[in-house]
Amino acid sequence: MIFRLAIASLAARALTVGMTILAIGLSVALFLGVEKVRTGAKASFADTISGTDLIVGARSGSVQLLLYSVFRIGNATNNVTWQSYQDIAARPDVDWIVPISLGDSHRQFRVMGTSQAFFEHYRYRQGRALEMAEGVVMADLFDTVIGADVAATLGYTVDDPIIVAHGLASFAEHKDQPFRVSGVLAKTGTPVDRTVIVSMEAIEAIHVDWQGGAQIPGQSTPVEVIRGMDLTPQAVTAALVGVESPLQTFALQRAINEYSQEPLLAILPGVALQELWGIVGIAETALLAVSAMVVVTALIGMMATIFSSLNERRREMAIFRAMGATPATILGLLVLEAMVTAAVGAVLGLALLYAGLTIAQPMVDSAFGLWLPIEPPALREIWVMLAVVGASAIVSFIPAVRAYRLSLADGMMVKT
Amino acid sequence: MTRPPWTCATFSEVMQPILKLSGARFRWPGRAGFGLSVADFAVGSGETVMLLGESGSGKSTLLSLICGTILPDRGSIEIAGTDITRLSGSGRDRFRAEQIGVIFQQFNLLPFGTVMDNILLPLRFAPERRKRAGEAKDAAQTLCTALGLPEAVLGAKANALSVGQQQRDAVARALIGQPPLIIADEPTSALDADSQAAFLELLFQQTSAHGASLLMVSHDARLGDRFDRVVRMEEIAAIERAVA
Repeated sequence: MIFRLAIASLAARALTVGMTILAIGLSVALFLGVEKVRTGAKASFADTISGTDLIVGARSGSVQLLLYSVFRIGNATNNVTWQSYQDIAARPDVDWIVPISLGDSHRQFRVMGTSQAFFEHYRYRQGRALEMAEGVVMADLFDTVIGADVAATLGYTVDDPIIVAHGLASFAEHKDQPFRVSGVLAKTGTPVDRTVIVSMEAIEAIHVDWQGGAQIPGQSTPVEVIRGMDLTPQAVTAALVGVESPLQTFALQRAINEYSQEPLLAILPGVALQELWGIVGIAETALLAVSAMVVVTALIGMMATIFSSLNERRREMAIFRAMGATPATILGLLVLEAMVTAAVGAVLGLALLYAGLTIAQPMVDSAFGLWLPIEPPALREIWVMLAVVGASAIVSFIPAVRAYRLSLADGMMVKT
Repeated sequence: MTRPPWTCATFSEVMQPILKLSGARFRWPGRAGFGLSVADFAVGSGETVMLLGESGSGKSTLLSLICGTILPDRGSIEIAGTDITRLSGSGRDRFRAEQIGVIFQQFNLLPFGTVMDNILLPLRFAPERRKRAGEAKDAAQTLCTALGLPEAVLGAKANALSVGQQQRDAVARALIGQPPLIIADEPTSALDADSQAAFLELLFQQTSAHGASLLMVSHDARLGDRFDRVVRMEEIAAIERAVA
């Protein structure tokens, strides 16, 4: 009955209580949303590459190598010679090796030269292989396979022509050698979606008439001639390596790192991802802290509301006291009200989160390649909600103690 | 106190007193502290007493003492044979819920609760009284019928009622579970003259039907002739004011 009266009392102050609930709801939705984005980002981050045992590149930093080889962020300081690549590929403990050649772009998207092996061995999201949405893997020298975002942004479909620009954000286009889209990859939520994939030979082919970043004046080798040339790559930017047995990973890593002919670096993608997340994680923690502060602010707002309502509720408290309620009952009643308010707010927050997710999911996916799964609330989310209710009890305790004192002093007579 | 055997017994001595204050003294804290002392005041069982007093005569303080929301510095306050000054704070709250029905001047009801909620509220804090009430909702209904409240209002929110209906609801709440003492603090002050008479009639009728004693505080002496006894505040209580 007391509980019902508490609810009725809250309902009688629907406007202010509603505002408080809305504030708590929004703050909880923000907190859970940040949490969702955080875990989603972390998961999709970790899902970018899987099944690759080592990434090999010129000696630099492990995070840098990971960034340019997998995330297509930043550039390589140096290339790996074709000779070194061949040496590594020939080692008995290497099961497979995929070359990666970067440095050119198409519009805002990076062009990556690689081999057929890329489509066989590249894995993301716990071992998922790349799939073609339409068309086939490139067969001709001037064929290209484009990622889902490339196709969506530029409106390309199979058989459309593409002109590759030299360098990044460059106007020097390889106009003489237009490419043709042979296939479009299905969406992966990884940087592959934003990549134009060509063969290693194609990278060589478009650079036939180029030297030191500029086209040799007057020289334009016809496509037919290029097709007849030896297009064996001279260098690769990086290589993805799979080992025969996981036990050999570290031995191979050491062997590559100690390779005497050329300074090379081999990294474990998982470890480098952890390192990178360690850097990004600070911002993530800060974001979480800010959203937690928003929840605290909402709760303090509720405390202020309770405080300001105390005076006008003295009459109500006096009636309770006259009927035999102890001051402790009055205190409990206020704390109970706050907890009910916070609980409704928390549930509203959860509802807002799901509503927001439903609306934002496709947008976030297309804009950031971030897939936020809509799942039933996890234990962690339930804990957050319980924590909000618990915190509301603590916060409301302060005005409740004041109500206790007031009702002790007032008794049944309100002296105003 | 001993009394020579040849003198007549007073009214309240013949009857078992339901309320008895002896040497009770209370002073509000603070420099402007206002003090009240009651040497001897009793209300007999089933008696109806009107306590007359102007504002500032200490009526509210006396009622707070009787209800146990404040504790006298010395002296005793016995209700139904229990000295409530010996009870703990929560013990007095519980005792009040069990033994006393309280009616205020106005604003008696929780506006957001239904009429039924308000009537049943004291039972929530008084398990014994709840047992005495039996089937609480039926008892509330019976009381409402007796007080002329239509059954339809029982489910209505208290703030939807007229003032007269609210006061009758408050009487029902005071009487439910048959507490032996009803304390009314100027319950008619919010009513017009005609309603006052009708309301008092109902109040007397119901308190006597329930065998309860009634102590009603008022400043209006005209209502006095209907009571068994009229007591003036200054007859029973001494006021002490702090010297400025």
